[in-house]
Amino acid sequence: MYNFEFERPSTVEAAVAALKAEDSLALGGGQTLIPTLKQRLAAPAKLVSLAGIDALKFVKAEGGTLRIGGGTPHAVVAREAAKSFPALARLAGNIGDPAVRNKGTAGGSIANNDPSACYPSAVLACGATIVTNGREISADDFFQGMFETALEEGELITEVRFPIPQAANYQKFEQPASRFALTGVFVAKYADGVRVAVTGASGDGVFRWTEAEAALSANFSATAIAGLSVDPDGMIEDLHGSGAYRARLVKVLTGRAVSAAS
Amino acid sequence: MPKDGHIGPATKRREDLRFLTGKGRYTDDINVRGQAYAQFLRSNVAHGRIRSLDTAAAESMPGVIRIFTGKDFEGIGGLPCGWQITDKHGQPMLEPGHPVLAQGKVRHVGDPIAVVVAETESQARDAVEAIELEIEELPAVIDMKAAVKDGAPLVHDDIGSNLCYDWGFVEENKAAVDAAFKTADHVTTLELVNQRLTANPMEPRVAVGDYDSSSEHHTLYTTSQNPHVIRLLMGAFVLGIPEHKLRVVAPDVGGGFGSKIFHYAEEAFVTFAAKAINRPVKWTSSRSEAFLSDAQGRDHVTKIQLALDKEGHFQALRTETFANMGAYLSTFAPSVPTWLHGTLMAGNYKTPLIYVNVKAVFTNTVPVDAYRGAGRPEATYQLERVIDKAAREMGIDPIALRRKNFITEFPYATPVAVEYDTGDYEATMAKLEEIADLKGFEARAAQSKKNGKLRGLGVNCYIEACGIAPSHLVGQLGARAGLYESATVRVNATGSLTVMTGSHSHGQGHETAFPQIVADMIGIDAGQIEIVHGDTANSPMGMGTYGSRSLAVGGSAIVRATNKIIDKAKKIAAHLLEASEADIELKDGKFTVAGTDKSVDWAGVTLAAYVPHNYPLESLEPGLEETAFYDPSNFTYPSGAYSCEVEVDPDTGKVTICSFAAADDFGNIVNPMIVDGQVHGGIGQGIGQALLENTVYDENGQLLSASFMDYAMPRASDVPFYTVDHSCQTPCTHNPLGVKGCGEAGAIGSPPAVVNAVVDALQRGGHDVTHIDMPLSPARVWAAMQK
Repeated sequence: MYNFEFERPSTVEAAVAALKAEDSLALGGGQTLIPTLKQRLAAPAKLVSLAGIDALKFVKAEGGTLRIGGGTPHAVVAREAAKSFPALARLAGNIGDPAVRNKGTAGGSIANNDPSACYPSAVLACGATIVTNGREISADDFFQGMFETALEEGELITEVRFPIPQAANYQKFEQPASRFALTGVFVAKYADGVRVAVTGASGDGVFRWTEAEAALSANFSATAIAGLSVDPDGMIEDLHGSGAYRARLVKVLTGRAVSAAS
Repeated sequence: MPKDGHIGPATKRREDLRFLTGKGRYTDDINVRGQAYAQFLRSNVAHGRIRSLDTAAAESMPGVIRIFTGKDFEGIGGLPCGWQITDKHGQPMLEPGHPVLAQGKVRHVGDPIAVVVAETESQARDAVEAIELEIEELPAVIDMKAAVKDGAPLVHDDIGSNLCYDWGFVEENKAAVDAAFKTADHVTTLELVNQRLTANPMEPRVAVGDYDSSSEHHTLYTTSQNPHVIRLLMGAFVLGIPEHKLRVVAPDVGGGFGSKIFHYAEEAFVTFAAKAINRPVKWTSSRSEAFLSDAQGRDHVTKIQLALDKEGHFQALRTETFANMGAYLSTFAPSVPTWLHGTLMAGNYKTPLIYVNVKAVFTNTVPVDAYRGAGRPEATYQLERVIDKAAREMGIDPIALRRKNFITEFPYATPVAVEYDTGDYEATMAKLEEIADLKGFEARAAQSKKNGKLRGLGVNCYIEACGIAPSHLVGQLGARAGLYESATVRVNATGSLTVMTGSHSHGQGHETAFPQIVADMIGIDAGQIEIVHGDTANSPMGMGTYGSRSLAVGGSAIVRATNKIIDKAKKIAAHLLEASEADIELKDGKFTVAGTDKSVDWAGVTLAAYVPHNYPLESLEPGLEETAFYDPSNFTYPSGAYSCEVEVDPDTGKVTICSFAAADDFGNIVNPMIVDGQVHGGIGQGIGQALLENTVYDENGQLLSASFMDYAMPRASDVPFYTVDHSCQTPCTHNPLGVKGCGEAGAIGSPPAVVNAVVDALQRGGHDVTHIDMPLSPARVWAAMQK
């Protein structure tokens, strides 16, 4: 790790101000950034920790919406969303291990947009709204490819608003080493249709499987997608699985998510 | 019932109190006053020529004390290889140099080039980044078969070939074996890969060098399984330091699995540098560095053929294996695919004719050496896989085929140069059938089918050669060291004992098990006995721990030393009791004159030895301390039968292990709980190999599995609750404890059980799959099902 300045502000405004310094980076739970720093793969001049901002830590179910503060650890989401949005709570409760879940935050995961992370699939499948210190961004506009998002430099996720679906489920097939999603599928059923978002599979990061959405919107049952197939082109190929295998998993996991949705 | 703390009961491990409460003292816990920190500049290419190496800018960085390069090691010995193989033409293997720091060329990603020694670790890392290095990248050879083709790039230009040796065993049998194949009723052929593994002990390697200029005394603290071996190799062959000026300490060591047997460049470096800068020097490996610098394991590519008659009797066996040595010969690398592998190819079976060919190959990868089981898992895997394939081809039940070919009479001389002293393979198989409820398998398979899963059963046997090793034998086979073990038993005045052993405990529970032996022999409480190990300054020259040898060889040395103690104590007792020595009996810690009530207790005798007021000084020296060395006359041959039941998810190819049972014959057992633990750990590692672990290089020699993000270690959720049994006991006939060793059995016996089970599941599911190479990842199993 190289040396850096460290600040731990207690308000969003102070954090945004601190992040105006050159080569500064926001530090959420640090579950990606800290290992990166330890390997000397990043050299920020300043780290601005968001851990001291209490206003970023909340889980609130209001009407049909679940609001999660950007600084809320996964463990808190797993606990406090269990009743209002159980599929999301289970997703959060199966990220990493207890240490990761107690440090890692929803906002951090979403802002990082790791192509194998769990959260982006839920955000995209629910058509959630990402609220930042300056604006609101829809999920469809937010994710822009592997590790790329609509966030501007110094912009912070303060909140994510999930419209609570009628039924939903997340199926994660774990990569054997990292236990990230080798492929993960989040299915969310709303009054106006079904959305299906896939993580872990595509070289472009999280994406919607629109053919399945159409089929499932007409008939919310695993058999509805039996005739569909996923194009392996553009899927990630690595030690743990070919593109064809990931394409296969997308279909299998979508079917399982539909069957398990509640 | 034997007393707790004596031989037999499941005495709780006394060392666990400190391990579980954070009181262990590992090498990284050792900080010597005034120490500096070393950081290595390592090659980031697999093969290249160093064009320029400029340390000037780095030397002026804050905190830098000195930067070392290959120039500092010119004329200094390289890391020695401890075993010389003679090839099938009678020629010695090719043995390239293994410099401490690169001499002009780098040969694998991670090859050390230069070292910065600085006031802090962070400053050392900063300076490493400031070293200006220019490497001309050369074509790398990664694939073994490509490496031995004409015109392949040479890993070592000076030896002219990438073929280290081409070994035939037994070469004289080759013609007869080939002839038997020509006339056999059935021949089963299997080509397989025993993939490369990374040991990944929980504690990465650490080395601290210290030097006292007034006494010219060196001390090396290191994460080693065998500190005396390191002292000998490093002192005599690398740095030229005589033993009396060099102390090697290996304190608590957090797992080794073989990877901490070998002498590494970093150990020699910190010892050398401590003298050069006249300050202690510490190096602590990061996990990333461990992936690039710890010797790796396995990496065999094998074709095996089994010839059978119509009834399924084995007629002959032949194998051809390419064994990866990596870029340099690690300490015991050449012995692993040869003497620890070829000699085990008979397995549990009376195959009359066997021929083993092994081609050891240099590639631009991290050196490969012994890893838990070392050669024996490779032998067991291919043999038990080809038997399973033969059974399926011939329509014979796999268990029945094995039974038909079991060796049933002992001692048994195999056609591959070893003689099994004892064993009862039918007994362990019968025990396995019982504990694994094999009769109930079909019902469980039907239930799995109802749940949409494919269930499979895999069964296999194993035999291993442990208790390494008879020095007279291994000397003939190319070992450059003896493989005895030592012990000193020091009895203190008030009757407590300190036992100094050359064995090294890095998870095996010696501090509990060894006192059980001594306590049992003398008849005293085990709490009076303490084990000391891991320091060349306070134990006699010993060979350390690997090859499931500690109890069989080290324990036997302790028995010998304790017998010497008892003999002398009886003489003292005879004097005190005014009786004849022949009439003295020792029982429950008390010396009695046979047939009388005259007695003296243990402490009475030990006190007399050190306070010799009433003592036979004219015939006996005072004191009570004895040293013994034990060199075994043969290997020991643990054996067993293992079974695994799996469920395969037909949609994803994911394998779940439903149950795993192991019936082992380890001979006599000192502490059954420790044996259970060793078997559990071994099976866990075997399941790791079968399903998860894989060390993978790309075609340029970059390590793709260079962190735990991509190298899949087994976790608790990947393994079932094991059913283990070691009630089948055919005691070893040639060591005083009748023990065989249990440390590697689980890792040796389990991979074929898992793979056999998966193949069984897929065939039951209607898939024409006869083999899948490990690891049986979901993606690989699914791909196999698509054919």
